[in-house]
Amino acid sequence: MKAPRAHTGGGFWRRTRAMLIKEFIQLKRDRLSFGMIIMIPLLQLLLFGYAINTTPRDLPTAVLLAENNDVGRSILAAIENTRYFKVTRQVRSEAEFDRLLTTGQVLFAIEIPAGFERALRRGDKPAILIAADATDPVAAGSAMSSLGQVVRTALQHDRLVPDSGAPPFEIRMHARYNPAAETSLNIVPGLVGTILTMTMLIFTALSVTREIERGTMESLLSMPITPVEIMLGKIVPYVIVGFVQAALIIGIGIVLFGVPVLGSLLLLAALSTLFITANLSIGYTFSTVAQNQLQAMQMSIMFFLPNILLSGFMFPFAGMPAWAQWIGETLPLTHYLRIVRAIMLKGATFADLHYDGLTLVAMTIAVTRFRRTLD
Amino acid sequence: MNTAPEIAIDVRGLTKRFGNRTVVHDLSMQVPRGAIYGFLGPNGSGKTTTIRMLCGLLTPDEGEGTCLGYDIRTEADKIKLRVGYMTQRFSLYEDLSVRENLEFVARLYGLADPRGDAQGMIERLGLSGREEQLAGTLSGGWKQRLALGACTLPSPELLLLDEPTAGVDPKARREFWNEIHALAAEGLTVLVSTHYMDEAERCHEIAYIAYGELLTHGTVSRLIERSGLVTYTASGGDVSELAHELTDKPGIDMVAPFGASLHVSGRDPAALEAAIAPYRERPGITWTRTEPSLEDVFIDLMSQARDNFQ
Ligand SMILES: Nc1ncnc2c1ncn2[C@@H]1O[C@H](COP(=O)(O)OP(=O)(O)OP(=O)(O)O)[C@@H](O)[C@H]1O
Ligand SMILES: [Mg+2]
Repeated sequence: MKAPRAHTGGGFWRRTRAMLIKEFIQLKRDRLSFGMIIMIPLLQLLLFGYAINTTPRDLPTAVLLAENNDVGRSILAAIENTRYFKVTRQVRSEAEFDRLLTTGQVLFAIEIPAGFERALRRGDKPAILIAADATDPVAAGSAMSSLGQVVRTALQHDRLVPDSGAPPFEIRMHARYNPAAETSLNIVPGLVGTILTMTMLIFTALSVTREIERGTMESLLSMPITPVEIMLGKIVPYVIVGFVQAALIIGIGIVLFGVPVLGSLLLLAALSTLFITANLSIGYTFSTVAQNQLQAMQMSIMFFLPNILLSGFMFPFAGMPAWAQWIGETLPLTHYLRIVRAIMLKGATFADLHYDGLTLVAMTIAVTRFRRTLD
Repeated sequence: MNTAPEIAIDVRGLTKRFGNRTVVHDLSMQVPRGAIYGFLGPNGSGKTTTIRMLCGLLTPDEGEGTCLGYDIRTEADKIKLRVGYMTQRFSLYEDLSVRENLEFVARLYGLADPRGDAQGMIERLGLSGREEQLAGTLSGGWKQRLALGACTLPSPELLLLDEPTAGVDPKARREFWNEIHALAAEGLTVLVSTHYMDEAERCHEIAYIAYGELLTHGTVSRLIERSGLVTYTASGGDVSELAHELTDKPGIDMVAPFGASLHVSGRDPAALEAAIAPYRERPGITWTRTEPSLEDVFIDLMSQARDNFQ
């Protein structure tokens, strides 16, 4: 008989690495999953991005012209001339505005208040009011900026404002139904979080149950590898996958949608990695609890739904009832969305690390739940 | 392992329950080092469950013992390093190639040169030229050989093979057994479960288990001897008609057709002879007293066990 081979130290990394290499090869072979890694972010981004953000045109708008003089009419004409707004109604009262907005007949209501010209000449910085149906935050955001441009151009034409410098008027926005809507760029950072949640969850949620169903778990367990090593071997490849996805989404966001990254990319990368790991651990935990792949899938969807609905991705967080906010606070996506939006759009440098604890908890549960035997 | 005991597997009173069903009951066995030990028994008799307890995959509810000198309850980690377990179901990764599967095992066991060792095994298995083929696309016989190769790659001291040749053609089965004998000659202990009688006869020793109880064990000839069974073989003529008539006659414990002949067995020679006497003169049929086959012995054991069990 051959001499038994020496089983030397450093076993932990060696075995984890063996597992990791195996997972990578399997991932590479699994065309469908591999396609999903690329296609899910691409499709979602393009669908969400373009469906909501196709430089909107001819948005139905109601105008209340309280100042019916040359200036008022010239502003109205300018609004009508843009391809962005389409003035479908001229109304006489704010009550009428409200009715039109609630029934969804118009998306915007613009009011040029009485005495606008006089106030402008006096240098009082009068306000043009715009009420927006901001269930679509992207549209509402760009409406505001484009209105400012339109009015300014109209008044320049009438030689009422200087060619440069701060405008002597203001646009006052009142976003209805979605007061938190900040900017058209909200959607891309939001998508980074939701796509990562979805793909990361699913990939690891299936990993252990798949081995059990295929019968490979029995022989894996009969070999000298520990639950921690199996877990790391299964999670690490997807951290890299998640990282690639995040880079892809943010990259497309910058190129196609002009999303800025005002804050530190390094901080964003570090926090994204942590977020990816959190979701992988949660998915992996499902995998150790579920009896089969179907159950693991169902658990992931059950977890994914509140993430979508209560994290502030779909509906503004501050607008949710207290109980919903309370649930939302426990979800990694909620915290990640805040971070990504803050870093990308506001240049924030703070770190909200609420989900690191959750990651550790999930990993601990997974490792203890992992059955070392077939009992 | 110079200090290793001469007994590779030594367990006493192993009992395993699933819910309130006892699947293995009070099972004791000793397997000497270097032996090929056959493990036989009908479907659901507890073979796989026993093997899983031996390598630490299941915790016995009662009983104790050692595997390669290590306690099966507390030293599973050490056992895992030294035991190769080939599961009943193909359990290599079907989406990994032959080479990748072997390299994975080599890395898990920390072999110094995973690539080289995998390549060496591929050559030993005769799989050269198919290194890059996905394991899932191999034929049944090759899958089993590859699985055996994966088990033996880390140079274990004990092999636990659970029905390794189920669904494999006779030629591949023979080659597989030649390999097992070659490994045993190198000093490996092999515990192999099977449903094939010809395979049982190639074992140094066998154990028979039914309804979770180990009924008997020993060499093939000892088992036949000890069964106390007397067998007459009737051949020629219409044996199926004869089988029909003989079944359930007092003194006849078992009637089993073997091709064109019939094995008629009983535990009491006098009663058996009295029972077949009326049929002796039937034209075209010749009667000879023969050794019971291993299969006769097992079928008899099984029917006895069922009587005890119910
Ligand atoms: N995890 C389990 N939970 C419940 N029952 C089980 C479990 N594993 C096995 N059994 C039952 O235990 C009994 C013995 O099963 P086992 O697989 O050990 O039999 P076996 O001798 O290997 O049979 P076969 O020849 O069909 O492989 C069977 O009735 C089986 O249904
Ligand atoms: Mg079995």
